[in-house]
Amino acid sequence: MALAARPTGSLSFVRLAPGLTLAVLLLPIAFGLAATFLPAFGYLPALGGTELTLAHFESLFAMPAIWRSAALSLLTGVVTAGVSLLIVMLFVAGWAGTRTFARLQHAVSPLLAIPHAAAAFGLAFLIAPSGFLVRLAAPWAGIERPPDWLIVNDPLGLTMMAGLVAKEMPFLLLVTLAALPQVKRAETMQLVSAFGYGRIAGFLFTLWPQVYRQIRFAVYAVIAYATAVVDVAVILGPNLPAILPVRLLQWMNDPDLSLRFLASAGAVLQLGVTLGALLGWLVIEQVASSICAALRGRGLRMVRERMLRIAALAATGTTAVLVFGGIALLALWSFAALWQFPAILPDAFTLSTWQRALPRILEPLAVTLGAGALSTAIALCLTIACLEQEARTGRVAGRRAMLAIYLPLIVPQIAFVFGLQVLFLASGTDQRFAALVFVHLVFVLPYVFLSLSDPWRAFDRRYDLIAAGLGRSRLALLLKVRLPMLSRAVLTAAAVGFAVSVGQYLPTVLIGEGRLTTVTTEAVALAAGGNRRVIGVYAFLQTLLPFLAFAIASLAPALLWRNRRAMRP
Amino acid sequence: MTESRDKGLALTDITIGLNGRTLLRLSARVAPGAVLTVMGPSGSGKSSLLAYIGGFLDPAFVASGSCRVDGLELTSLPAEQRHAGLLFQDPLLFPHMSVAANIAFAVPPSVRSRAERRAIAERALAEIELAGFGDRDPDTLSGGQKARVALQRVLVSQPRLLLLDEPFSKLDMALRDQARQLVFDRANAAGLPVVLVTHDEADAAAAGGAVFEMRAA
Repeated sequence: MALAARPTGSLSFVRLAPGLTLAVLLLPIAFGLAATFLPAFGYLPALGGTELTLAHFESLFAMPAIWRSAALSLLTGVVTAGVSLLIVMLFVAGWAGTRTFARLQHAVSPLLAIPHAAAAFGLAFLIAPSGFLVRLAAPWAGIERPPDWLIVNDPLGLTMMAGLVAKEMPFLLLVTLAALPQVKRAETMQLVSAFGYGRIAGFLFTLWPQVYRQIRFAVYAVIAYATAVVDVAVILGPNLPAILPVRLLQWMNDPDLSLRFLASAGAVLQLGVTLGALLGWLVIEQVASSICAALRGRGLRMVRERMLRIAALAATGTTAVLVFGGIALLALWSFAALWQFPAILPDAFTLSTWQRALPRILEPLAVTLGAGALSTAIALCLTIACLEQEARTGRVAGRRAMLAIYLPLIVPQIAFVFGLQVLFLASGTDQRFAALVFVHLVFVLPYVFLSLSDPWRAFDRRYDLIAAGLGRSRLALLLKVRLPMLSRAVLTAAAVGFAVSVGQYLPTVLIGEGRLTTVTTEAVALAAGGNRRVIGVYAFLQTLLPFLAFAIASLAPALLWRNRRAMRP
Repeated sequence: MTESRDKGLALTDITIGLNGRTLLRLSARVAPGAVLTVMGPSGSGKSSLLAYIGGFLDPAFVASGSCRVDGLELTSLPAEQRHAGLLFQDPLLFPHMSVAANIAFAVPPSVRSRAERRAIAERALAEIELAGFGDRDPDTLSGGQKARVALQRVLVSQPRLLLLDEPFSKLDMALRDQARQLVFDRANAAGLPVVLVTHDEADAAAAGGAVFEMRAA
């Protein structure tokens, strides 16, 4: 049912919102890509480039081991997405509907709030040769000195991929959980088990294709993200050569401005690498679906699936344990006094690392909070206005609108944010903070929209009709009925948006250029130094901010509506 | 002055269709205080008539015809200016507001003072023997109490007519007769034309007015 209210003046923002939102999502990508491509072919008048030339590509391809870097990036994207999706698929197929599933689901969802960089540092602290796991094993294995193994920064990037899986698996799991109610799981599973299928085979043959169709954009976003990731790659990834995006960032931020041409050419290559990974994935999709069809055709029942189910459960559980354990280690290190190698715990605890770090952390902290709060507030206004317009016209955002929402997550950040940096420099403005907020908005908006749209659309429309029948305006309805009743969903969406903003590394480095830093950029910058105590302070703080946001999002409604029974979740 | 023959609700040549199929064709007059009952099996699209009169018909429907209340054409007004009071089978009290705030929300904006809006709400509660319940959480009321609060909420908004969408179907048998009596009496006292959509013969009998039967879809 749509309220056929004619637009009134006060709500004209609502009518413009869908267009405005599309502009915020798409224009930066279009202009950013253009401003990345032109210098790649030699055109950048500000730096004296006025002729079209392929010379910059020639010098790019002459860089040492450039193809290895590109191939590693491509592989990282496909492997990360493949492993994450496989775990999610087997876990959901093998366990959905059980009590174990519900319990683990609650343990995994907070992983989403942990910034990539903090999770990567935590993992490094855990599995490094001098890390916690080796310390645990030391007394049994007779290890006295940190062994000389290259675990973190291994040349194949396996640790980096593990770190990425630890973050992307929870993301895909939550997206899958959101898609599950759209399929008739319980009924279908009863049916197929009556035919003698095991849980996993039954799920994969009947339900998974429908589920996958709904989550594929999210999978593409994971592939694109992992092919072009910088922060996790700096912390856990290979050096000499590093993966392509890490090398690009070095050129982009080089004081020698002529390297910008090289960086532009590299960003075009990066776009090709991401595109290649996505195309490779489409092939994998086809192959996997044929294999699935062939197995189904042979009537495979997979009744003996115990090991596979246990493996999926173990993989999911281990991920949660590793990430949470890593975060705990970050906190431990930030308060540690002397903590020598084989000791499992520090000799003593001290506040001195925090005290020394605090004066230098205040400014980045203010930038982090400011950019996060502003970009989230703007994203919320746009999202609510879009959803309000949807409710008023009865026209729900279609497939193409969904693609537009996912596009900033699928086009590699480095390929268009670099162009935005070029444009920012060329514009000559000094509104760096505004530019930072705007760039964060491009990435915050999709997540806020995805998080709020389902609860907003599920709202019982009869409340709208009653309020209109009582003679109250759309605006009164929005402010006094919808927003309060949806306060929990709105605040959760805000926390998601804030967490996304806090976690942004690459856009912050490119637009901030060292003059505006956040807790995240400072933390990643510490990676090379290897001072675990200081890293602990920054990375733990980086984790703490989104958690505080989520804590507020769940406590505030509980407090506000403590005397309203029907407002409990 | 409006002439007396214009008083009440006049539905003229109402046609509602969906996907090229006509669901409903209707002309009727409902005098102030009288009830028009629309009966039909579920899925017959009988609620679409209420949606058309109230101004919230889904764009998928094709509808035409005139709805006049006391001579005023409703179809040219947006929903919030039609003042068509709605009651559904669920009371749908706003769960985040107190009982009194639910009613005060409906008081017309011409009453500006907060205290006065609150006083109107308290008086409305007293009328249904819920004096002193103003600060309560609506979710702590019984089903019958909620239904009465929902009725008072509609009435204080000074509606031009009432649209009832199976409003009694979720009440216990014992409460149902009482609730019917209360709603029809108060609508009558306020001189409101009522359109009632139901599949319960007893509702139609209690309403006592004209009955329009819909064909099965």
